[in-house]
Amino acid sequence: MTYLVPLPVVMPLLGAALTLLLLGRPHAQRWVSLTVLTATVAVSATLLVQSSLHGPLVVEVGGWVAPMGIVLVADQLAALMLVVSASVTLCVLVYSIGQGMADGHEETPLSVYHPTYLVLTAGVCNAFLSGDLFNLYVGFEILLVASYVLLTLGSTENRIRAGTTYVVVSLLSSVIFLIAIGLVYASTGTLNLAQLVDRLDTLPDDLRLLLQGMLLLAFGIKAAVFPLSAWLPDSYPTAPAPVTAVFAGLLTKVGVYAIIRTETLLFPGGRTATLLLVTAVLTMVVGILGAVAQSDIKRLLSFTLISHIGYMLFGVGLTSSLGLSAAIFYVVHHITIQTTLFLAAGLVERRGGSTALDRLGGLARLSPVLAVLFFVPALNLAGIPPFSGFLGKLGLIQAGVDDGGVLAWILVAGGLITSLLTLYAIARVWNLAFWRTPHADMPSGDDAEQAARTDGAMEPDRGGSGQSGAVLPKLMIAPTLALVVLGLALTVVAGPLFDLSTDAADDLLRRTPYVDAVFPGGAP
Amino acid sequence: MSPNLTYVIVVGVLVAAGVTLLLERSLTRVLMGVILLGNGANLLLLTGGRAGGPPIVGTTAPEEMSDPLPQAMILTAIVITLGMTAFLLALAYRSWHLNGHDEVQDDVEDRRIMDLAIRDEGPGTADIEGGTGDDDESTDARPVANVVEAGRAG
Repeated sequence: MTYLVPLPVVMPLLGAALTLLLLGRPHAQRWVSLTVLTATVAVSATLLVQSSLHGPLVVEVGGWVAPMGIVLVADQLAALMLVVSASVTLCVLVYSIGQGMADGHEETPLSVYHPTYLVLTAGVCNAFLSGDLFNLYVGFEILLVASYVLLTLGSTENRIRAGTTYVVVSLLSSVIFLIAIGLVYASTGTLNLAQLVDRLDTLPDDLRLLLQGMLLLAFGIKAAVFPLSAWLPDSYPTAPAPVTAVFAGLLTKVGVYAIIRTETLLFPGGRTATLLLVTAVLTMVVGILGAVAQSDIKRLLSFTLISHIGYMLFGVGLTSSLGLSAAIFYVVHHITIQTTLFLAAGLVERRGGSTALDRLGGLARLSPVLAVLFFVPALNLAGIPPFSGFLGKLGLIQAGVDDGGVLAWILVAGGLITSLLTLYAIARVWNLAFWRTPHADMPSGDDAEQAARTDGAMEPDRGGSGQSGAVLPKLMIAPTLALVVLGLALTVVAGPLFDLSTDAADDLLRRTPYVDAVFPGGAP
Repeated sequence: MSPNLTYVIVVGVLVAAGVTLLLERSLTRVLMGVILLGNGANLLLLTGGRAGGPPIVGTTAPEEMSDPLPQAMILTAIVITLGMTAFLLALAYRSWHLNGHDEVQDDVEDRRIMDLAIRDEGPGTADIEGGTGDDDESTDARPVANVVEAGRAG
């Protein structure tokens, strides 16, 4: 089955080429993108099943034997990430088609949207599958370059302003990553992750710490860890809703994935555990305090995104099996939920004409469907039982209590406070945007109605049939609903999923399954 | 190649100049900074491998070959830097087109929220009733207190 491993990278890239050739034919573009992403989901699911049954799947790209060539490795962690991210990208694609983005209804000429979106998917998949440090860098660059284009789509004034910050910060993190790669190669003579395992162990301690710190810094910027997170809430909210959603769901998590991978495989022993735990609590608390201060839904959600990255770092920093598996579970949960919330925010923007809290009101009565689509994932994010957000936080807190250290207890407290403040921030959105009586000057959604009309995919909102302009395209509601259901399904399958993440965490901590899969005859 | 002092100093100067330019407001200068920084990183990569003859079988004895991998990586990095240079130039041009300058600007919303906070009119005072009364501050202050209380209890 190893021939499946490169497909999540190859298929979107080929799809991107094809959609680029079909520039003038949006209809054909849509079908190509949909087919490619559906196939990616199927392949990823197969990879997950195969890797949990038979251990990591390895492909030596181009037939070049490792460590001479580049390897792609699909172990359980990578396959799990692939499944979740592919499903999320598929849903967001359907949503963006529903929004009419691909046709250029919004403020932009968007024939370039589909190719770029597929390139972004390829980059994300490449980063997950890479078994080589430089290939990981290339994966990051692919997804970042695609994200630069998506973020500045249409190059309106606001997007250029936000995009500039984003591009410069990302470039800086890439350069730091590149320098770290240069140093790793100079000191070990290899970049193959499995081969690095042994070679890094023989290096002097201070040199190892330097390499670890450089990589952590580079990934920390990408994952938006607290002191390095200021770029995120500035840049994400200005992009079109589906773009923000997919960025929020995936890009920071690729950074978290890279942190998990390097901290467990390359630098075990938890020498930076204290640093990770301290940044985790700061990320959680500072992030959520930022969210409380916001008056715009998208920005508020961006801050909760930063804040909840802290939970994942918490799990990684504990370096225990339970902590790590809870962190993996949390990543899966968070990718789904954060994307759903941004999609719902996109619907709010369409229905209410704005995402500014002081201009919204009464949405619960105007559009009950939208209210449900926002409310369920919002509670999930805040960690209300029995949703998956609660289970993930429960796992982390259990791991923290098991650890028993002072810092771990501080993190447990920080995690609880953050969860409650998330609930407060979310409740504020709910009160202001959904419950209070609508403003007299609130737009009645005429723009949305017109856009939906030209799109041909509209239906009167069930609950608000008496209101004027109460339309949300079916193709936008359906994928959001699908993601809400997926978020709920995470609760239903939480048992097996937690088993899976525990398996993945154990494999990560033992390190040998990964190395043995890449070098069946022992590392050279 | 084995790192010598001149080489290391050149890398250091390139990176230092790059970082300095990166801190500028004008996007064109930032671009220059990115280019210098990228070149510094590329030179650093080059120190990672052995120096020697061209690594082509038949022209050089295997033990005298240079290490081709850092060169391949540098080539990739140069291509990426080239693409980014073009993209940043386009951004700078567009910014100049729209605003008449290419300066990196502050986060507008951040500024707005800060101003509101200074005037003590933060988003917490946004009214729940949809009215315009001044009594809203009290209605909104209560949930905060509750949450903090609950946080202590938890």
